[in-house]
Amino acid sequence: MNKSLRWRILAIAGVIAICAWAIYPPSQTVRLGLDLKGGVHLILRVQTDDALRLETETAMERLREELVKGGAASVTATAQSVSEFQIAGVTPDHDAQLRQAAAEIEQTYDRDSGVNGTYSFKMKPNIANQLRTETVDQAIRTIERRVNELGVAEPIVAKQGAQDQIMVELPGVTDVSHAKEIIRSTSLLELKLVEQGPVSSKEQLMTNGAVPPDTEIVPGVPSGRAAEGGTVYYLVHRVPVVSGRDLRTAKPSLDENNRPAVSFSLKPDGATKFGNFTGSNIGRYLAIVLDKRVVSAPVIEGRISDEGRIAGNFTQQEAQDLSLTLRSGALPASLTYLEERTIGPSLGADSIRAGVVASLVGLGLVVLFMLAFYKLSGINAIVAMTVNLLVLMALMVYFHATMTLPGIAGFILTIGMGVDSNVLIFERIKEELLASKGVRAAVQAGFDRVFLTILDTHVASLIAAAFLFQFGTGPIRGFATTLTIGLLTNVFTSVFVSRALFEVVLGQSRTAKISI
Amino acid sequence: MQILHNTNFDFIRWRWHALILSSTLIIAGLIFALAHGGVPLGIDFSGGTLVVLQFDQPVHEDQVRKALDVVPGDKVVQKYGDDSAHQIMIRLPQVNDAEKGFSLERGATGASDAIKKAGLPSFKVIRTEVVGPVVGADLQEKGLYATLFSILGLTVYIALRFRLIFAVGAIIATFHDIFIVFTMLAFFNYELSLNIVAAVLTIIGYSVNDTIVIFDRVRENARLLRREPLDKVVNLSVNQTLGRTIITSGVTFLSVVALYLFGGEVLRGFAFAMIVGIISGTYSTVFIAATIAIILSGRKASAGRAAVPVEEAVERPRRTGGGRNVRVS
Repeated sequence: MNKSLRWRILAIAGVIAICAWAIYPPSQTVRLGLDLKGGVHLILRVQTDDALRLETETAMERLREELVKGGAASVTATAQSVSEFQIAGVTPDHDAQLRQAAAEIEQTYDRDSGVNGTYSFKMKPNIANQLRTETVDQAIRTIERRVNELGVAEPIVAKQGAQDQIMVELPGVTDVSHAKEIIRSTSLLELKLVEQGPVSSKEQLMTNGAVPPDTEIVPGVPSGRAAEGGTVYYLVHRVPVVSGRDLRTAKPSLDENNRPAVSFSLKPDGATKFGNFTGSNIGRYLAIVLDKRVVSAPVIEGRISDEGRIAGNFTQQEAQDLSLTLRSGALPASLTYLEERTIGPSLGADSIRAGVVASLVGLGLVVLFMLAFYKLSGINAIVAMTVNLLVLMALMVYFHATMTLPGIAGFILTIGMGVDSNVLIFERIKEELLASKGVRAAVQAGFDRVFLTILDTHVASLIAAAFLFQFGTGPIRGFATTLTIGLLTNVFTSVFVSRALFEVVLGQSRTAKISI
Repeated sequence: MQILHNTNFDFIRWRWHALILSSTLIIAGLIFALAHGGVPLGIDFSGGTLVVLQFDQPVHEDQVRKALDVVPGDKVVQKYGDDSAHQIMIRLPQVNDAEKGFSLERGATGASDAIKKAGLPSFKVIRTEVVGPVVGADLQEKGLYATLFSILGLTVYIALRFRLIFAVGAIIATFHDIFIVFTMLAFFNYELSLNIVAAVLTIIGYSVNDTIVIFDRVRENARLLRREPLDKVVNLSVNQTLGRTIITSGVTFLSVVALYLFGGEVLRGFAFAMIVGIISGTYSTVFIAATIAIILSGRKASAGRAAVPVEEAVERPRRTGGGRNVRVS
């Protein structure tokens, strides 16, 4: 055995050892996809318009208030779209005041003046885009926190395709609707001072058919039992005292009647604000507004600084879910579901069984075929194929690739490609033998001549696999990943390993015969 | 074992027959597909709801269908998987307002509620897929792009590594395979799903792979037999690689058949498309890819040789070519 061959054999043995170590034990190292393990795959759209609308309305309101404060009482403000609003009725003597007030928001909004003291403001496109991106990122972070709190193992939360889509994969989750509920609930918590209410119709809260300035009407359930009557309405201050952002933590608890409730504590800043506020408003009512609905409106009995409780006819589960979503922060915008795929764990187990059976049968057939055609050289091909599958598995573990059902199909195709390389080489060796060269020369020529072909076919398949990966989703990507890694390992095994094996066999026999 | 020993089949002679056969098949497939409104789209592309129910006891599809009468829209109710599994697949069409939040899943819950009420044996939902129209359109676009771009990428690669006429031959052969696969899918009533698109892309890779093996040999032989016309070199190359073509196709075919038979319901469409693709790919490699290249080169290069009847031109040098090859290589 020459020196170079000895090194090559050592290298191959090393690779096999490392790979075997990497995938042992397979049940713990190989990551199974949703289609095999069972679980939920969701695609959500973030309604980024919500965030833009909020931004625009806040800016508009601030501008209007500024003008009203300066004496321009006749000014009206209307939102034109999610990123545009219009201020009308600015008299010439308030013009300078408007310009001054508008200077504050001119980094965000382009101003355009029309006739009769009308000004329109439009959010700058780059700012709008940035805001949308931030909203999606923030939604992803929030969903991640919620999913982690749910205790799902190895969840995936990632931006998907188009700008405003998020993919969520929750392996092993069986209670889908609960998981969806948790992910989707906005959980926007605001504590607002009640001006008036509760009353049974909106009109009772209006003065001269309009909502009084700086306040808004929020619907809610009657403070007694929910079944007692329909919706009631509260007139509350528009600006919240504290909101979900000021929360430090939230946990399920019980209220004074031993009914499920949620206790929360505030961050220092919020606590100071809340303390001052409650201290000066003792005896008035505080509306706890969740997702734009009043869940309860308790009376402020004394100064409260950093602890509070939300009571509102919750069930135990609701209280638990609410504290979870409050802890993980409010979603910056509402979500809609675009796609949902659920695989039951039993179906996943069936698929694994089917995939393994198909792979084994395929493998068995290939082994028989190769032995029948190439006799002892067939063993060479089988060794190469086995090493190929081993290295492929190890690399998949290393790259944390997910094993999916189409991934198993990718395995089977890798076997096909590997056998193809072996067949190409063996057929060529046969031809070279027919041309009555020596066995050694024939083997050498077989490998050398076919190498270029193998390279070409593999590069071509890699091109196809790359596009598959680029445009594919979920399981298809699993297939593309397996195929790509398989193509790469195949070049190693069918050329390097197989050739070394031939040389070992040839090196030991003096007569240099070959069974092919 | 040697199944084929120094074969000398005159494949090139059959090129026109092959082209006519393929064209007939593809045109027949197109007519069939058009008459049936194209390849039916699965929910991956059309959007909609798919539910698979596992019943405790055997149920007939008709019972389920009857129970679902209360649910609006065109429903598809099919047996899913083995008879012994008692699984039923239900497909519901896209709901128009499905984008509005939770209504997306209304179809799925509505269907299982209706079956619960109908007093059928108890069941559990083992698989739900709900695809909204936005995602459906998105996936359609992606599938199309994936296919077109990979074909483009492969064309460029072959044109760079070989000659443009070879690239054209390979690409026509690839399109041929895609058409045949779609025809068969339509004929056997398979729905177009993401998995099928994956199969089609794999077939593209496979078919081009096969073609490259032959073209590689043509390139090698062309260097050795400089004075021979291209059609002869191609025929020789096809013969030389024939053993490999048959063995590889055979082995891959066997593994895909294993996948079809044992791979379970989810992969059945995928495996079926692969089976058709492998047969078509092997055939197109031998009869389409190379012959197109020859036809293209013949028109450009050899006006004089075209005067000689095709059969004669091929017949004569073939025998000497076969003999000479052994010496040269």
